[in-house]
Amino acid sequence: MIRLEGIERIFEVGDETVYALSNVDLTVEQGEYVSIMGPSGSGKSTLLNILGLLDRPDKGVYHFEDIDTIHLSDKQQAHVRRHKIGFIFQFFHLVARLTAEQNVELPMILAGIDARERKQRVHEALGRMGLNERMKHRPDQLSGGQRQRVAIARSTIMNPAIILADEPTGNLDRASGMDVIRTIEDLNKQGMTVVMVTHDPELGGRTGRQVRMEDGRIIRDTSDERALA
Amino acid sequence: MKSADLTRFCAGSLAGYPLRTGLMFLAMAIGVASVVILTALGEGARIYVSQQFSSLGTHLLIVIPGRSETTGGPPPLLGETPRDLTIDDAMALLRSSAVRKVAPIMIGGALVSYENRSREVFIMGSTPDLYDVRDLKIAQGRFLPKGDVDRAEAVCVLGQKLKTELFGNTSPLGRFVRIGQRRFRVIGVLTKKGQSLGMDISDVAIIPVASSSALFNQSSLFRILIQAANTDAVARAKRSVLETIRNRHDGEDDITIITQDALLSTFDRILKVLTYAVAAIAAISLTVAGILIMNIMLIAVSQRTAEIGLLKAIGAPGSQIMRIFISESAMLSLVGAAAGLIVSALGVMVIGRLFPFFPVRAPFWAPVAAVAVAVGAGLLFGWLPAKRAADFDPVLALSSR
Repeated sequence: MIRLEGIERIFEVGDETVYALSNVDLTVEQGEYVSIMGPSGSGKSTLLNILGLLDRPDKGVYHFEDIDTIHLSDKQQAHVRRHKIGFIFQFFHLVARLTAEQNVELPMILAGIDARERKQRVHEALGRMGLNERMKHRPDQLSGGQRQRVAIARSTIMNPAIILADEPTGNLDRASGMDVIRTIEDLNKQGMTVVMVTHDPELGGRTGRQVRMEDGRIIRDTSDERALA
Repeated sequence: MKSADLTRFCAGSLAGYPLRTGLMFLAMAIGVASVVILTALGEGARIYVSQQFSSLGTHLLIVIPGRSETTGGPPPLLGETPRDLTIDDAMALLRSSAVRKVAPIMIGGALVSYENRSREVFIMGSTPDLYDVRDLKIAQGRFLPKGDVDRAEAVCVLGQKLKTELFGNTSPLGRFVRIGQRRFRVIGVLTKKGQSLGMDISDVAIIPVASSSALFNQSSLFRILIQAANTDAVARAKRSVLETIRNRHDGEDDITIITQDALLSTFDRILKVLTYAVAAIAAISLTVAGILIMNIMLIAVSQRTAEIGLLKAIGAPGSQIMRIFISESAMLSLVGAAAGLIVSALGVMVIGRLFPFFPVRAPFWAPVAAVAVAVGAGLLFGWLPAKRAADFDPVLALSSR
């Protein structure tokens, strides 16, 4: 489903050239549950941004469902993000002036989906998250866990092929963090591909496949070990 | 994104920052209101002036002795002073079908006295036709009696101010005043009409032209006022006046004819240009409002960086983000302009109440132009912030909180 080959991403910091990613190869199959771990600065977030088409690599090939994404225009990339990719962020990124309901509705508004259909889908999605009572609340009236579940509802509302989560529990206490993780795992059980960046080894341990990064390289990938074994 | 959703989304984000939105709204409203009110004042001045001219009487031609022209060559052996216009000249003009009424005017200064009060004023010798030609109004009594132009009846009509100065609040009708060395019976008083063409006609005494000829011992007229048969006949009247006078003056064109139209259109042009100039100055205030919108929009864009990043992440291309932000400034300008129109309507109404004699009225193009400039400024100055928002790098945008 996802095929990265020889990905390189370079940042210029002052006079220095920093290789955020160098020569990264990665393949993710439909329905996989992958964690990307590593110390900060190892390039895991950059990798996630490239997977999510928020960033373009300086070199390499990225095929998403057999589409060569490197040569897509801004508009075409936005189209792929809209329909195929759901994002979950550490800081939720809910729009403060909108209610939970409106936040979840936002991707469908951008896509130009009919108001009646939007309403129905929002209700279903928030219902699944157990947030029926909280639909009319704004983010500042919700707990951290609730906010992240609203964000998850938003990320899945367009039925994407893959969920990209960047430290989804990084801003939550343990209990609500576990809640959020279980929600994400439920999605995975229903067949959604999930790639999650985390530095929490316990979370990493729960995933079916772990990728470890250091200095912009993948130094360990459990799926390779399995293949070797 | 559907237009209805776009509108609701933009309205929501405008409402989400009330202070910022309020400031921009205010700037637009003031800009539009000032354009409309200032042009209304300019237009009012134009209408006021043309009304003042109309108060001279309708289809008016003024004949002045002498001709303004440049002549060349050596000075002629014989003097070339213009021939006087006489009462007979004036009466000859009536023969043209294009001329309805003729009022010869003879002017002189004299002391008018009643009992122990006296006042030095202009004495205007004329005919009963003056009443219609200059659109005069009588407050008391009647105007000069109709009859033979050559008959020097000893009657006079007083201007309002002159009457008040001499008689106070008592009625002057039937009393005799002394003008120069002669006695005249007061038969009427004019209403207060005010200034026209530089002469205060409330401070004059009007007597029959034959009487003034005798009083001042002269036959030359100050000017002749002519009322053409109708507006279309003004040009024909002018030609016939020129021809008649040329015939009577041995083939010399020694008069100048001023038509009210010419005067009016000159003033009209001047005041129109002034109105445009004032409107242009006011339009600058709209541009300033536009720049304010740009400033505040730029702040808004940087404050909403994270939101823009999110919109990109959930599938909004740059073009869509640009549309959102441009729509926001356009909506704001439109609403601000609408408020400005309401304010200007109120302003015009208030000015109208305060100065009832001054016809304040915005020309039809003013609100249209004001709103067009306002929305144009909103779009133009909304473009830069919107472009900036559209060009944000989503990764950086998302990392700001």
